[in-house]
Amino acid sequence: MAKAQLVLLVGTRKGAWIYRADSARKTWRVSAPIQFGNVIQHLVLDPRDNRTLLMAASAGHLGPTVLRSSDGGKSWKEAKTPPRFEKSADGKGESIKNVFWLTPGHASRPKQWYAGCSPHSLWRSDDAGETWTGVDGFNKHPRRDEWRGDPNNNPPDNPNTHSIIVDPRDPRHLYMGFSTAGIFESTDEGASWKALCKGVAADFLPVKDPEFGHDPHCIRICPSNPDRLYHQNHCGIYRIDRPADTWTRIGDNMPKAIGDIGFPMVVHPRSADVAWVFPMDGSSVWPRTSVGGKPAAYVTRDAGKSWKRLDKGFPKVNAWWTVKRQAMCHDGGDPLGLCVGTTQGEIWRSRDEGKSWALLARDLPHIYSVECGTLA
Amino acid sequence: MRDSRVKVGIPSPLHSYTGGRALVDADGATLGDVIDDLERRHPGIKFRMIDEQDHVRPHILIWVGTKSVRDLKAKIDGEVKIVAALSGG
Repeated sequence: MAKAQLVLLVGTRKGAWIYRADSARKTWRVSAPIQFGNVIQHLVLDPRDNRTLLMAASAGHLGPTVLRSSDGGKSWKEAKTPPRFEKSADGKGESIKNVFWLTPGHASRPKQWYAGCSPHSLWRSDDAGETWTGVDGFNKHPRRDEWRGDPNNNPPDNPNTHSIIVDPRDPRHLYMGFSTAGIFESTDEGASWKALCKGVAADFLPVKDPEFGHDPHCIRICPSNPDRLYHQNHCGIYRIDRPADTWTRIGDNMPKAIGDIGFPMVVHPRSADVAWVFPMDGSSVWPRTSVGGKPAAYVTRDAGKSWKRLDKGFPKVNAWWTVKRQAMCHDGGDPLGLCVGTTQGEIWRSRDEGKSWALLARDLPHIYSVECGTLA
Repeated sequence: MRDSRVKVGIPSPLHSYTGGRALVDADGATLGDVIDDLERRHPGIKFRMIDEQDHVRPHILIWVGTKSVRDLKAKIDGEVKIVAALSGG
């Protein structure tokens, strides 16, 4: 029987790569490019069987789709019915621009997956990604157009549906994030939704404390305490402890010179008090690069009351990294390893929870996502 | 109208659907018919170049004879050539 192997799955603007670790997790062997030339927004290993991989793909010229592998990435097959809206009678209906986010479903629904797309929409597969159907409770919700706002006034890389979270205790309990729409929750497996944005700043809106319209960048649930979620927003870093319905801005405890703007958020799988962010410069015209050209992760070990800078091993100056919302992950190990992918095509890895970092790979294309998993 | 068989030029980004072939056969009296026949022969190819509202995707060009056509109702009166438009890096 083959031994389980730690893999790092990398989605880039020009294809995907799989890095396989040795048993000591010290050296890595890289695959040939997978779906070379395609835009790979997200590549995820199913933790329920440790064999199935799903990939959100498009190409510069071609429409979006989902690709599947049932043999750990050796071969790939396109979904028979990728996410797509119904054809409207007048031809003015919506069309999927990209498949952005993939989330394996609850452990009790072994073939279920969710996909978040642009324009804002949620899709579900009950056959391990072969066919996809829209979650009508959101996609046809009478307030969806109101929630998502003016489609002509959306982020440069599309208004994406992301951070689809399934409560590990309850397959009916879902959260998801929408850029420029907010954080939404369902307790009936997607049949109905309500905004969960109280306490979150939206300083780009003219209304104080709006019900929705916020800009979450990445939301994470704590596996060790699923009542706790963290999220990195366009306007700060937040924590919520359910059943409370109001987020607390824990980013106010970050150093003022760094601020609390960024894209990714990672939570410790075994300690709900521990989380990491990778701050970006959110000043003036929002360069969204490492503050001052000095890359650093920040960790909290007390649920956001305090933060510690983690930059040992990173370049000290003139490193203007951008790390996107899916481009930071942990490896599940003990001690926990972390990986960061940059839009400059570098992967940096820490084997000690961020205390020190080393370059794992360079010269890759623009990185959209990094995900770790254990391949059976 | 009786369908006619036409040759369809396929750009390299779509060769994974045609078994690597750059020129394939399809039947149809209109461009939409030809595209639907391509889909029957090469499942999955249509959605990569035509969206769910039957619009040709922004970076795809389709030539019928010497005319660039985006209307799927257009009559077929020449060879069809699908082009992945030059749209940068």
